[in-house]
Amino acid sequence: MLLNIKGIMPGMVSKANKSPLPPFNKRGMRGDFKPGRFRWRKAKERLIASFFFFNGMVSIIILAGIFSLLFSEGLPAFKEIHFSDFLQSTWNPTSYVKATYGLGAIMVSTLMVTFGALLIAVPVGLACAAYLAEIASPRVREVLKPIIEILAGIPSVVLGFLGIVVVNPLIARAFGMPNGLNALNGCILLAIMSLPTIISLSEDAIAAVPKTHKDASLALGASRWQTLVRVTIPSALSGIIASIMLGMGRAIGETMTVLMATGNAQAMPHSFLDAVRTMTATIAIELGEVPFGSAHYHALFVIGFVLFVMTFLVNLVSDIILQKYQEVEQ
Amino acid sequence: MAEEAKIWTEGLNFFYGASQALHDINIKISPHNVTAFIGPSGCGKSTFLRCLNRMNETIVGTRIEGKVFIDGHDIYDRSVDVVDIRRRVGMVFQKSNPFPKSIFDNVAYGLRIGGLKDKDKLAEIVEKALIDAAIWDEVKDRLQESAMGLSGGQQQRLCIARALAVEPEVLLMDEPASALDPIATQRIEELIHQLKEKYTIVIVTHNMQQAARVSDITAFFYLGRIIEVDDTETIFTRPKLKQTEDYITGRFG
Repeated sequence: MLLNIKGIMPGMVSKANKSPLPPFNKRGMRGDFKPGRFRWRKAKERLIASFFFFNGMVSIIILAGIFSLLFSEGLPAFKEIHFSDFLQSTWNPTSYVKATYGLGAIMVSTLMVTFGALLIAVPVGLACAAYLAEIASPRVREVLKPIIEILAGIPSVVLGFLGIVVVNPLIARAFGMPNGLNALNGCILLAIMSLPTIISLSEDAIAAVPKTHKDASLALGASRWQTLVRVTIPSALSGIIASIMLGMGRAIGETMTVLMATGNAQAMPHSFLDAVRTMTATIAIELGEVPFGSAHYHALFVIGFVLFVMTFLVNLVSDIILQKYQEVEQ
Repeated sequence: MAEEAKIWTEGLNFFYGASQALHDINIKISPHNVTAFIGPSGCGKSTFLRCLNRMNETIVGTRIEGKVFIDGHDIYDRSVDVVDIRRRVGMVFQKSNPFPKSIFDNVAYGLRIGGLKDKDKLAEIVEKALIDAAIWDEVKDRLQESAMGLSGGQQQRLCIARALAVEPEVLLMDEPASALDPIATQRIEELIHQLKEKYTIVIVTHNMQQAARVSDITAFFYLGRIIEVDDTETIFTRPKLKQTEDYITGRFG
């Protein structure tokens, strides 16, 4: 061993001489310390650090700005509309008889469409992701994955069109109804919309599970299916949940598709075959027509605020679930 | 090597794509013995080990020729279910790979996928496996804690317990102590000594002293071929071939 070390030393020295850096001086250093240059370098470090800090702050500032806008524009609504009015079911601020500002029906509609979409998209998306990551040959994966990602780029208005022209008659025929513009239609379209996100991110998460985990399972006599369900998917769960949450975020905030495809009835829905109007669609339809500064105008900001809080809660809950899960894992 | 062999191979060739990793391997492995495979890196000893429970099939683009018999049955026969083979031939990997689950769930995993649901029976077998793997005293109070919190040596013994829980006949160990410190290594080696009463053990090791300490029979692999197989004592004291002697005395490797 000692011999070996001696053997390496001359080689290292000769390599160092060939390097582009200045040669070593007598004290074994490359040049002297220069306080001026040191100070400039330190200032540069600080400059770069503050640049990144500023960039990080921008997103927080924007978020705070949106929050305060919704809050300040929504607050005046309570001068004219009592808080309990918002808790009622029907939203009809332009009624000739009595304007009502109930958020019940549109909130239920939003939740129905969102969770209905997830009900379709999560099993299909997970199965597709598992297929891509575990079963498909590399060539199939290379073709399919970009195609699925392109699906994410389809404008929502095109999907809404699809909903009216394709899904609408299909639902109408399947359930024997005059038309198929209802919550189910919205669910199907939003599922298609959130699928690329769920598939793509879940596939990444599943593919990232170390092969050693799968080997351990297979070596114990587990079938490929058992390995997938009991080891691979649980190991990838944090990534899968994140993908579902992102897909859900897309579904809950989606406006144009649901506006076109769900029928826009303001009544409280009783089933997925009822026409619904979501919170986003309500804002999109009415904000352009409403007199600036009226109670109705401010009430629309209340809807926006509630939507904001809902998405915030979804993110918060998923964060908590994730953290709980990761504690078990470590 | 007079006894009836537990495992034997006939003209085994193995390919990763176009490159041949194993050439004409013929070996008999006798039951209730520890057989060690030694040889320099890339000589095919781990590849051969993984042929014995068909784990090489999980790697895309591999091909095998020849036959592997366990108790007289060709495990590569089309009528054989790979799941049955892997239940009978357990494996411990080079890098300890517990699942990100609790200690109990790790050991119970093989039993549960086998369809065992009875909680008392599960607890009983898990305890027995952990005792057999010499880790029970260290983990008995924390069975529900995550296995990821154990030390490297403990994780490896947990993996051994996990393999033992399904009561295999053969235990394949792929450099089980290569990532462990000397004390943890010693514990694993003592464990191997105890386990050979019940199991047929095949161990791959880089460490020649380890092969000399734990095994009864040693096979020397070089460039995808078995150069020499004999009693461990003979291999390490009076090898027949010069190549073996050179490797064992450290002249190459």
